[in-house]
Amino acid sequence: MLEIKDLHASVEGKEILKGLNLNVKAGEIHAVMGPNGAGKSTLANIIAGKEEYEVTGGGILLDGEDIEELAAEERAHKGVFLSFQYPVEIPGVTVTNFMKTAINETRKAQGLEEMPAKDMLKKIREKSELLEIDRKFLSRSLNEGFSGGEKKRNEIFQMAMMEPKLAILDETDSGLDIDALRIVANGVNKLKGENNAIIVITHYQRLLDHIVPDYVHVLYDGKIVKSGSKELALELEEKGYDWIKEEINA
Amino acid sequence: MELKDKLVSSFLAFENTINIDAPVHDIRSQAIKVFEEKGFPTKKEEAWKYTSLNAVLKHDYSIFPKEENALEFKDVKKYFLYDLDTYKIVFIDGKYSSHLSETTHDKIDVCLMSSALVHDKYKPIIDNYFNKIAPKDGLTSLNTAFSKEGAYIYIAKNKLADKPIQIIHFSTGKESAQMLQPRNLIVVEENSHVQIIERHQSLTDNPVLTNAVTEIFVDKRAIVDYYKIQNDNQNASLIDNTYIEQQAQSLASVHTFAFGGNITRNNLNFYQKGEGIDSVLNGVTIIEGKQHVDHNTLVHHKEPNCESHQDYKGIFDEKATGVFNGKIIVDKEAQKTNAFQSNNNILLSDKATINSKPQLEIFADDVKCSHGCTIGQLDDNALFYMKSRGIGEKEARALLMYAFANNVLESVKIPQLKTRINKLIANKLGVSIGFDL
Repeated sequence: MLEIKDLHASVEGKEILKGLNLNVKAGEIHAVMGPNGAGKSTLANIIAGKEEYEVTGGGILLDGEDIEELAAEERAHKGVFLSFQYPVEIPGVTVTNFMKTAINETRKAQGLEEMPAKDMLKKIREKSELLEIDRKFLSRSLNEGFSGGEKKRNEIFQMAMMEPKLAILDETDSGLDIDALRIVANGVNKLKGENNAIIVITHYQRLLDHIVPDYVHVLYDGKIVKSGSKELALELEEKGYDWIKEEINA
Repeated sequence: MELKDKLVSSFLAFENTINIDAPVHDIRSQAIKVFEEKGFPTKKEEAWKYTSLNAVLKHDYSIFPKEENALEFKDVKKYFLYDLDTYKIVFIDGKYSSHLSETTHDKIDVCLMSSALVHDKYKPIIDNYFNKIAPKDGLTSLNTAFSKEGAYIYIAKNKLADKPIQIIHFSTGKESAQMLQPRNLIVVEENSHVQIIERHQSLTDNPVLTNAVTEIFVDKRAIVDYYKIQNDNQNASLIDNTYIEQQAQSLASVHTFAFGGNITRNNLNFYQKGEGIDSVLNGVTIIEGKQHVDHNTLVHHKEPNCESHQDYKGIFDEKATGVFNGKIIVDKEAQKTNAFQSNNNILLSDKATINSKPQLEIFADDVKCSHGCTIGQLDDNALFYMKSRGIGEKEARALLMYAFANNVLESVKIPQLKTRINKLIANKLGVSIGFDL
C-alpha cells in the first residue's frame, strides 16, 4: 500500500530524512520508534503532505501512485490520515461541523453525494461511543480548551469518522493517562482491518502493549536503521537507543 | 467646478423645490453655511488621517434626482430579504418608489421623510428630534442642508413593530455620476421595539457617492436593532453617518457588514443619556482589491451603570485598506461603566493594510474599560490540519475566516438575515459550502 523509497527531505535547507525506506502492506501495523530529533514527525508530516518540507530525493508511492505532487487534501481524499502530535485549536468551528465538512468535502472529491444528515448523525453517535466521548464535547470548538488526552481522543474519533486507508498516529500516546490510552488503543484496534494499514510513531513501548505491531522500525538520523518484530520494541524499552547508535557507528 | 462650490451654488435651486417657510428650512440654511465654511474633510484632520475623499470628489456628480426611474421587483429581488415579511422603504436614485415599498401608518409610522417634513401631523416629532444629535461637521451639515428625502420611522410608546423594516437605496446608473444624500429619522418611544435592515445598492459601475445621515432616538427601555449591509459595486462610495441617542435602560445595537464598495466610511456615534443602557456595535469587514473601509465609532457614556460592547472583525486581501478608530468617552459622572472594545484583523496579503486605533478618554474612577486589537494572518498549522482532513485550500481558508467572524454573525437576531449574510460571505470567498457554525 505504502512504499517509501530512498526518501530524502529537508526543511529550511536542513536535511532531516536521509534515504528512508519503508514498505507497508494492507492489513499491517508498523511501529516507528526512535530518539528525539530522528525525523519521526517529519516522516509523518511528509506522508500527510505538509508543504514546509522539501523532498529532495526518492519518493512516496501510495497504491503504486507517486503522491509527492498531491496537496494534503488530495492525499486525504485518497485515504491518508494523520493523527497529529499537537492537534490545532480552531475556535468557532465545532467538532461536529468540522467532521461534517471534512467528510462531505472528501465525498465530493470522490464523486459521491453529500452524506445524508441522518446517516451523519448516526455515524457520529456510533464513533463517539466507540471513543467514549461525551456528546456535549462534540458541540465544543475544535480542540479549544481540550486537555491533552481529550485532543488525542478527538484525533482518533476523527480517524474513526474518516475511515482512512492509511492512518499515521504521531505520538498519539503522549499526554494520555492509562485509561485514555486503553480507550484510544481499543478504538484504533476496532478500526484495523484487512484493507487498511496503520503506522504508529512513538517513543515508548507502552502503546504497543495495546496496539500490537507486526513490524517495529528504528528511525535514527533520518534513516530506518533496524527493523524487527514486536520484540524489538521491548528491547528498546529495556536498553534505550544507545546500543543502536553504537551498532551504526561501529 | 469643484464639488463643494457646485453644491453650495445649487442650494438656491434646491430652495425652489421646497417650502422655505417651514421652520426646518432655517436649519437647512444654517447647515449650508457650516458646509460652506468647513467643506469636505481632508487627511489633515485627525479623524480622516487614513481616509482620503479626494478621488471620489473629483467626479461630476448630478446632485438632484432628475427623473423618476422605475425598477421591476424581479430585477432587484436579490437585494431584498425576500424570504421574510417586512416593511420596505425603497428609493430609486433618491426618489421614493411606492411600487417597491410597503409602508404603514397603522399604529406605527413607517414612511417618508419628505412627508414627515411637511405635514403638520409629524411636526411635534420633527421639532423635537430632527437634527438634534447630528454634529455640525461639514459632511453632516451638507446632508442637513439638502435634507428632503429618506426614511421616517416612528414607533410610539409600548408598540412593537410587527415586522422588520428594510430601507433600500438603489442607484440605477442612468446618470453618469450621482450623489445621494438620504436623511433618516427614527424615533422609538418607551418600551417599544424595532428591527431595521439598511442597504445601499448601485446597479451599474457608474460612480455613486452617498452621504447619508441617520438619527436614531431610543427612549426608555426601548430596543433597536439596526443592520447595515454594505456590499456595493466597486465605484460606489458611502459615507454613512449614524447618530444614536439612548435613554435609560434601552438597548441599541448596530451591525455593519462591509463587504464591498469603493470607499466606505462609517461614522457611528452613540450618546448614552440615562442609566442602565447597553450599546452594541458589531462589524464584519471583508474586502479586497483596492477597497477601503473606515469604521469611526464613538460611544459617549454620560451616566452611571451603563455598558457598551464593540466587536469589529476585519479580513483584508490584495491591496485593501481598513481603518478602525474607536473612541470611548466616560464622563466623570458615569461611574460603574463597563466599556469593551475589540478589533481583530486578518491580513491575507502583504499589500493589505489596517490602521487600528482605540481612543479612551476616561474621567470616572470606578469603571471597567478594556480594548484589544490584533492583526494577524491565517494560521498555517490550522490550514494544514484542515487540509489533512480532506478540506480543500479555499474551503479551509473560508472556514477559518467564518470561524473568525462567527461571534459577530451569531449576534444577528433575524435568522433569514443571518442566512443571507452567510451566503454573501460564501460568495465573496468563492466557496459553495454553507457553513452552519
